[in-house]
Amino acid sequence: MAERKGFNIRRQTGFATIAVACFVLLYLPILLLVAYSFNSGSSIAIWEGFSWRWYQSAWENELVQEATVRSLIIAVWASLISTTVAVLAALATTRTRKFKGQGAVFAMINQPLMVPEIVTAVALLIFFAMIKVATGYSGLLYLIIAHAAFCIPFAYLPIRARLQGMDLSLEQAAADLYATPFQAFRRITLPQLWPGILAGAMLAFVISLDDVVITEFVKSAGQDTLPTYMLGQLRRVITPEINAISTVLIGISVTMVIGFTLLSKIRN
Amino acid sequence: MADLSQKEAKRVSRVRWMLLAPALIILLFAASGPLLITLVYSFLSAGDYGGVEWTFSTDAWFNVVMQRDIFDDTLGFSDAHLSIFWRSVKLSLMTTLACIFFGFPTAYFIATRPKKQRDFWMLLIIIPFWTNLLIRTFAIVELIRNEGTLNTVLLALGLIDEPIQMLYTEFAIAVGMVYVYLPLMVLPLYASMERLDFSLVEAGYDLYATRLKVLRRVILPLVKPGVIAGSILVFVPSLGAYVTPRVLGGGNQLMLGNLIELQFGQGRNWPLGAALSITLLAIVMVALLTYVRAVGNEEVKHG
Repeated sequence: MAERKGFNIRRQTGFATIAVACFVLLYLPILLLVAYSFNSGSSIAIWEGFSWRWYQSAWENELVQEATVRSLIIAVWASLISTTVAVLAALATTRTRKFKGQGAVFAMINQPLMVPEIVTAVALLIFFAMIKVATGYSGLLYLIIAHAAFCIPFAYLPIRARLQGMDLSLEQAAADLYATPFQAFRRITLPQLWPGILAGAMLAFVISLDDVVITEFVKSAGQDTLPTYMLGQLRRVITPEINAISTVLIGISVTMVIGFTLLSKIRN
Repeated sequence: MADLSQKEAKRVSRVRWMLLAPALIILLFAASGPLLITLVYSFLSAGDYGGVEWTFSTDAWFNVVMQRDIFDDTLGFSDAHLSIFWRSVKLSLMTTLACIFFGFPTAYFIATRPKKQRDFWMLLIIIPFWTNLLIRTFAIVELIRNEGTLNTVLLALGLIDEPIQMLYTEFAIAVGMVYVYLPLMVLPLYASMERLDFSLVEAGYDLYATRLKVLRRVILPLVKPGVIAGSILVFVPSLGAYVTPRVLGGGNQLMLGNLIELQFGQGRNWPLGAALSITLLAIVMVALLTYVRAVGNEEVKHG
């Protein structure tokens, strides 16, 4: 190692400065948004003192209450459905040889990741409008199914990654000991798979909870979720109440991401 | 024996499709199927009050880039649509370039930290990524509004006499898109830089290359697949952006996503909206295919 003294081969002039600026710029707007949710005045730029006022006003706002309940119902159902079908699909597509129609299956599962959200939203608007006319039903089921569909790849990918990293010998041992395929799955595969399943479900939950575009196009009148409610409020005078709702949503996302990161670190 | 293995193969295949069925049915119902219906809709005539008339027509496709003059019936390009196409492409390219400018050094910075710290820095990139896009856009609104933090601070410092109008401009949309899509650039760049072989960098310096030369001739060619991947990951959602231009552009600075929405609202031209959607989808698919080919070629070269 004929290194010049103090010469760091990994350094590039100005890169560290840009990187630090990047982190500051990435967090400054969010931190300001969170800070002003505690403002006692009704401005989002002039600080007047600390208070919980806007959290209380959001909590007591009936529209916010309804939107929250609706958001939670949809996110819980969408993540349950998408995770369940993703587990089955992952079992069918990992650790098998190439099969006929594999490309089409992967294209379908990953479609929500590749097709722009606005295009999916418009397609669902058109299709569900036809069904609404034909059946007269305009309840929450449309939103639940739409969310479940675009959550599938997010649930599928971590579960598949987990399955691929799993040791096959235990399952083979179970089969050798005359376990039925179902018994082997329940007693051997499932206990090893659960961190992947939980990670997938959390991801699906956050994705559903945060969705704006598809919800905005699919929802019937009076079916606002928290994000579409917030989008509607932006045209009016903005008060820190929106910041308070945002802060709660950010809190949920951060918790889920950290949980997800920890879960994916659990070794097989 | 051969018979038995054939039966077994059939059984495996049947079980596989049974396991796949629930996911595929949901996706067919709420993703692929509706997309095909959208394609059909783009070839129908518009209904007077929204919806469609079930008669075949290519008007919608014609209207994507062309228009007939309402007075003298002459043909011409639709300036309104073309300018929106142009704005979408221009802003998406600017966003991609800005994301490379900020994302490349950031990914490099993270990849050159000690191994134990890298996960922490990456978590800092991933957290905003999983934070609601609307909320992040909204954070930008609060920052650059006339009554927002930035203007308030500048006014208080006496640097300006009246607020600078930043919101509802193309600049605002570009800033917003860079802000929300930056993590998509850093993630693949970091993945390719983490595997960077620094002995090659050292060899460069041993041969008296300057830092800039090492960056251009050694590092950049090695992480090119990451740059391509990041560019596609930023360009594609930028092109189809809907929330960011709606919130930051305020209705006068439309992008493709907003033009599509307009056809289902005030425009009441569902077939045109469908045709525009398919057009957007086609552009995105071309971009994705280019990416797959580019990365495929790189892998063969370095294989």
